[in-house]
Amino acid sequence: MIEPLFSRGRILLWLGGLAIAIVLPLVFSKGFAVSLLCQMGIMVVFALSYNMLLGQTGLLSFGHAVYYGLGAFVTMHALNMVGKGGFPITLLPLAGGAAGMAAGILLGYVTTKKAGTTFAMISLGIGEMVAACSLMFPGFFGGEGGVSGNRVTGKGLFGISYGSQTEMYYLIAGWAFVCVAAMFALTQTPLGRMANAVRDNPERAEFVGYDPQWVRYLMMVLSGFFAGIAGGLTALNYEIVTAETLNAHTSGVVLLMAFVGGIGFFYGPIIGAILITIMQIAIGGITKAWLFYFGLFFLFMVLYAPGGIASLLTVQRRLWVARLWWPLLPGYLLVLPAALVSLAGIVALVEMGYGLLEQEGTGEHAVHLVGLSIDAASGAAWAGAAALLAAGLLLVRWTWGRLEVKWNAALSALQNPGGAA
Amino acid sequence: MEFFLISLLNGVTYGLLLFMLSSGLTLIFSMMGVLNFAHASFYMLGAYFAYQISTYLGFGAALLVAPLVVGALGAVVERYGLRKAHRFGHVAELLFTFGLAFLVEEIVHLVWGKSSVDYKIPEYFDGTLFTLFSTSFPIYKGFMMLVSVGMLVALYLLLTRTRIGLIIQAALSKPDMVQALGHDVPKIFMLVFGGGTALAGLAGVIGGNAFITEPGMAAAVGSIVFVVVVVGGMGSLAGAFVASLLIGCIQTFSVGITFSVTDLAALFGVRLEDSSAVARLTVTQLAPVLPYLLMVAILIFRPRGLMGARES
Repeated sequence: MIEPLFSRGRILLWLGGLAIAIVLPLVFSKGFAVSLLCQMGIMVVFALSYNMLLGQTGLLSFGHAVYYGLGAFVTMHALNMVGKGGFPITLLPLAGGAAGMAAGILLGYVTTKKAGTTFAMISLGIGEMVAACSLMFPGFFGGEGGVSGNRVTGKGLFGISYGSQTEMYYLIAGWAFVCVAAMFALTQTPLGRMANAVRDNPERAEFVGYDPQWVRYLMMVLSGFFAGIAGGLTALNYEIVTAETLNAHTSGVVLLMAFVGGIGFFYGPIIGAILITIMQIAIGGITKAWLFYFGLFFLFMVLYAPGGIASLLTVQRRLWVARLWWPLLPGYLLVLPAALVSLAGIVALVEMGYGLLEQEGTGEHAVHLVGLSIDAASGAAWAGAAALLAAGLLLVRWTWGRLEVKWNAALSALQNPGGAA
Repeated sequence: MEFFLISLLNGVTYGLLLFMLSSGLTLIFSMMGVLNFAHASFYMLGAYFAYQISTYLGFGAALLVAPLVVGALGAVVERYGLRKAHRFGHVAELLFTFGLAFLVEEIVHLVWGKSSVDYKIPEYFDGTLFTLFSTSFPIYKGFMMLVSVGMLVALYLLLTRTRIGLIIQAALSKPDMVQALGHDVPKIFMLVFGGGTALAGLAGVIGGNAFITEPGMAAAVGSIVFVVVVVGGMGSLAGAFVASLLIGCIQTFSVGITFSVTDLAALFGVRLEDSSAVARLTVTQLAPVLPYLLMVAILIFRPRGLMGARES
């Protein structure tokens, strides 16, 4: 079932996305919200560039931050060199893109010699190498303090100087839109199709007459270009670049974003990037154990929803279209509270444990959770939380067991409509 | 001469420690096709468990108990996590272990804090084993070597001289046939995974106090171990052994050599005035990058690794 390239639905979707991107900062106009939106825009480009490798070519990279980070550093140096006037700031992310592409040409030659697990290890090694280099050349990478600059360099194009965060947002949104469109267009080209073939069956791709290594290399170079643009946008947005932008942590975060969103769908990483950026700020602001929850969430997704959020949404949509969604609703309504009870149990246990360690030696044991004050030193509180978790898990098991029968029936009805399941 | 011998001894000690990690990783990889990203996390857990146990029961007990606890934990992870992820293919397995490494680091942060813990070498190992020219070689390093070599011999005997070792070797190459002959292959996988992580835990017990026990230790060692496995050849135990020693020696030797391209030029009577940052870098400064450069060189000139069996 292939949709035509310029179907009405698709054009409407793209225009709608563009309209939302334009309207958003008008609705959420607080400074904090606008910088969050900027971060989202950058991460969308970065996560999509990552998915060109993982989702489309089947290359699991643990060192994608290299291209992003190098793009950011080169853009920052370019910004400082441009000085007053001269090159328009609007086009400066291209410098980052060129740097990411150059890095892809150089490093990608080594990494894409292999696919699969070996590629994953090599990309990790190359990532570590560049991260280690960043401390060796303080002249370029700025050492511990990083490199900083000022994006307001006189009058820009049409008098836009990017002095305010909102102007910066529109720059990011514009670049993000162009990049997303370009990356989508790439999936429709012969190269994009061959990348999928190389991912699914490199041997057959080779029989058709394409060199899988060459296809992987080209995708790597192009992916480096878009990652470099994302890096360039970061440099302009924060006006400072530190060695952290190219270390393993950044590589890990982009992998998590793409995977949680859904690597099997073009729009999956967009969802992941937006969701995780919001979670980082929202949950990270409430609890210090946020990375722990995040790790748990990721493991849960790997084990139970390897298609990511996008695949969950797609299945729901297909069920809805086939009029099979409503019969499932009671099941959903039963599983949801059970899942929430288990979640409450986990959160209580983790927060109490963390609270105890935080307040070690102060004699205080009170942990504050959604307005409740719990004595983390009492055995009753721990027993209660553990009981909550156990009860929640049992409930999930029971309710899910009942839903699963209907769910499987609905899925098989979806696969052969009209036929006997 | 003195520098050479001492560096060699240190390099071999470090290399043997690396082999304790890479051997488990290699066994797990060649058997299940799973690259255990969290392998170094088990190394870190070994160090932290040993620290915790040694505060109550002393180092001797930690040396015995901590690897067993880590191994049991590894077996549980394989049984209830990895086996589930296996249904979704290799990428899901790799991502599972990646997420696990992430989670373990956070758990260590939560339980033991973000800074290093005071895991010390026991007092009876303080002191000098022998003095070479003017540099002393500590007893503890000798002990590390002893444990590593003992482990190496035990692993070799286990794999080649025992029944379970033969079954493991058979399951490495023909798991379906072994299964058909009535052996419980998933259980063997679980045992190998538990055994491999126990080795990593043991490395953590003796490495944690020789170096430093902190939450970043897994990430620091993990990438080096991956380099070892790539350089040695994926799935080759002998290759992992050679590569471990090689990289161990490279790392210890390079730390002590303060020589740069500028010095080299000066040796030939060329004075590089105002030379660039690259030319002024000494080997010591390059030390953290050298293993990765070696990996890149190996990949370009011998893509299957030193002793890798086949091109993949």
